[in-house]
Amino acid sequence: MAEHIIELVDVSKSFDDTLVIDHMSFYVNKGEFITFLGPSGCGKTTTLRMIAGFDLPTSGKILLGGKDISMLPPNKRPVNTVFQRYALFPHLNVFENIAFGLRCKKVINTYENDRGERYTKKEKLSKKEIAEKVKKALALVDLEGFEKRSISTLSGGQQQRVAIARAIVNEPEILLLDEPLGALDLKMRKEMQLELKEMHKRLGITFIYVTHDQEEALTMSDTIVVMADGVVQQIGTPKDVYNEPANTFVADFIGESNIFNGTSAGDRKVRFCGKIFDCVDDFERNEPVDVVVRPEDIRMCAPEIGMLRGKVLSVVFKGIHYEITAQVGRYELIIQSTESRDVGDEIGMNIFPDAIHLMKKKYTKNVYDGVITKRNTVEFADGEFECDVTQLYPGSHIDEEDYLVTAEGERLDLTGVAVTVEVGFDDIAISDEEGAGGAMGHIISIIYKGDHYRIIVRTEENEEDFVFATADLWNENDYVSVIIPKDKIKLTLKHAEDRK
Amino acid sequence: MRVRFTRKMLGIPYAVFLLCFVIIPMLIIVFYAFTDREMHFSFSNFAKFFSDPTKLSTIVYSLVIALITTAVCLAIAYPVAYILARSRMKRTYVLLLLFIMPMWINFVLRINAIRELLNWIGLLGEANYFNTIVGMVYDFLPFMILPLYTTLLKIDSSLYEASADLGGSSFTTFTRITVPLSMPGVVSGITMVFLPSMTNYVVSDMLGNSKVTVIGKFIETYFGTDWHMGSMIALVLLVVVFVSAALTGGFSPEDNVRGTNL
Repeated sequence: MAEHIIELVDVSKSFDDTLVIDHMSFYVNKGEFITFLGPSGCGKTTTLRMIAGFDLPTSGKILLGGKDISMLPPNKRPVNTVFQRYALFPHLNVFENIAFGLRCKKVINTYENDRGERYTKKEKLSKKEIAEKVKKALALVDLEGFEKRSISTLSGGQQQRVAIARAIVNEPEILLLDEPLGALDLKMRKEMQLELKEMHKRLGITFIYVTHDQEEALTMSDTIVVMADGVVQQIGTPKDVYNEPANTFVADFIGESNIFNGTSAGDRKVRFCGKIFDCVDDFERNEPVDVVVRPEDIRMCAPEIGMLRGKVLSVVFKGIHYEITAQVGRYELIIQSTESRDVGDEIGMNIFPDAIHLMKKKYTKNVYDGVITKRNTVEFADGEFECDVTQLYPGSHIDEEDYLVTAEGERLDLTGVAVTVEVGFDDIAISDEEGAGGAMGHIISIIYKGDHYRIIVRTEENEEDFVFATADLWNENDYVSVIIPKDKIKLTLKHAEDRK
Repeated sequence: MRVRFTRKMLGIPYAVFLLCFVIIPMLIIVFYAFTDREMHFSFSNFAKFFSDPTKLSTIVYSLVIALITTAVCLAIAYPVAYILARSRMKRTYVLLLLFIMPMWINFVLRINAIRELLNWIGLLGEANYFNTIVGMVYDFLPFMILPLYTTLLKIDSSLYEASADLGGSSFTTFTRITVPLSMPGVVSGITMVFLPSMTNYVVSDMLGNSKVTVIGKFIETYFGTDWHMGSMIALVLLVVVFVSAALTGGFSPEDNVRGTNL
């Protein structure tokens, strides 16, 4: 087993009561190239800064080679950082920038006096040693002869190299890189990616790299840590993370994905887009799942022989492939193919079992797309429910003519406004009586969860699911009404611009 | 002929001002300095000035007072500006305001206030040079704090982090990063304090119990009786100021922090 050079143990960090890192634990193997990947604000830079020592964890421990370094100041840690905007010292030339760390360093030398007694002395590095090390570092980043240059005369790429040289010249155990290629143009970035990878191989030290660019992460890393909202979503090799995303966030963030709501049909079969597909994952029958299919894994064929049949909505040329959007029923699929099609063509589509990735749905609530009607009710999931539309505008009320009057006294007609509807698992009830609730559907799944049953009701027309918990036992395939109390329907406006 | 308006014409008002109030008066001073009472060209004022030990020592005294004032201002202002610039407090501008507010109070009023204070303590008339310097420091301190604060504020905090990351202690970071990068502010602060304290004579007049004669006072007295000698002293002072400004680099073109923007 490889040695853990860095280990985060239940680390949390808050800034002014905002939790940015939420009980994070993971380790970094010695010598590996590990990348923290995530959208901005996911906590990846904060994690890096805690390892560097610029930010201290609010709780939890950071171990370096088994030793707790959580509270150590940055100058006492054997790590060096390549900063996002390089942070080169503008008043020092290239040589002095790189030599900065060496001049701060003290080494223990052993001497022998006349009587043959050995003694040690803490000494600064000699001028010659410093000059040699700087020269070697400059050679490593291909900037030989740049010693005397002033920082302001260097291009972005050269400054980048100086920043790397300044960090690695100190021979750190870990090199931290905070989005170091963000400021470079695409071509330069690709070049530097390969060079950094090469440098990692040659130096043999641990690289911890932070980026929001998934392609960069896939190209360079041994291990990727995908983060979102201060929580690790998945840790794995680039291949694992790409091919076996742990959840829909990872699937969506890394590479392009088609994500569908599906239900396991048991026996390595899954139902989505209104069809049953063979797959390689096995789930309990009727378990709701997220289905992820990469666009390059959808094969186009003649309409008659495809498992799915649809119409081409758009075709975009992307250089190495075409990106084709197809409409299948009410679903939209993105397909990447080297073949082109014309807009409006009927096409067939096939997906091989090993290209279908299933993930257990992490349900916390039901979410639907809805539209407000004339009567201030909301239509969703093939039904119409009474709701409280005043929650869309704080402080508003409904006047006698059914217009919404905002807190500012403005009269709004909400008819046709798109909203997101959320309903909790405990807020749905069903009834045998037709028309008792806002929607009708068949019970497709009843799973006993220890102290309650989890029931899924699916509507007929658009196959929308209501998932809820109940203490009562029902029968599968019963046709029932879905009842949701008015005050349990949570509405949010879909488009911010609707809030006029 | 049609007169076309060009951008250069925007400079005309200033050129007129410059001519009337800077160039012509300067020429008049030079003219007076090198003439005698009969308006004949002569070096006699020049010779008299440099052979008179009182005049020479006054120049030296003024220089020393200005130097001490500047040094004290710097010693007080740097830590204050450093703390203000690096603090994460949301209300730093209130603190900054407290430091620069004296600038908005009438100069004579301020000096009178400090005179009363010194009188109350019992120092007025006792320690004339000390009082003069206290008054000058009180007067010019904001001019030192402001440019220092603005340059220190402009230093990217990632540079401090980089220094710590490379193993620099807080002392190393201060001496090798903060101080060199704040030099433009130090230079403009020095220029803004040293030059006016060199020529100011109101403070020494009011707080020095008329025992402290600075070069500015000298010029004022001479212009009452002998314009020619007065002009010569003014000219010498001009040269001294010019040299000291050149020494601190106050005229370097890349020095863009002079205009302290609050």
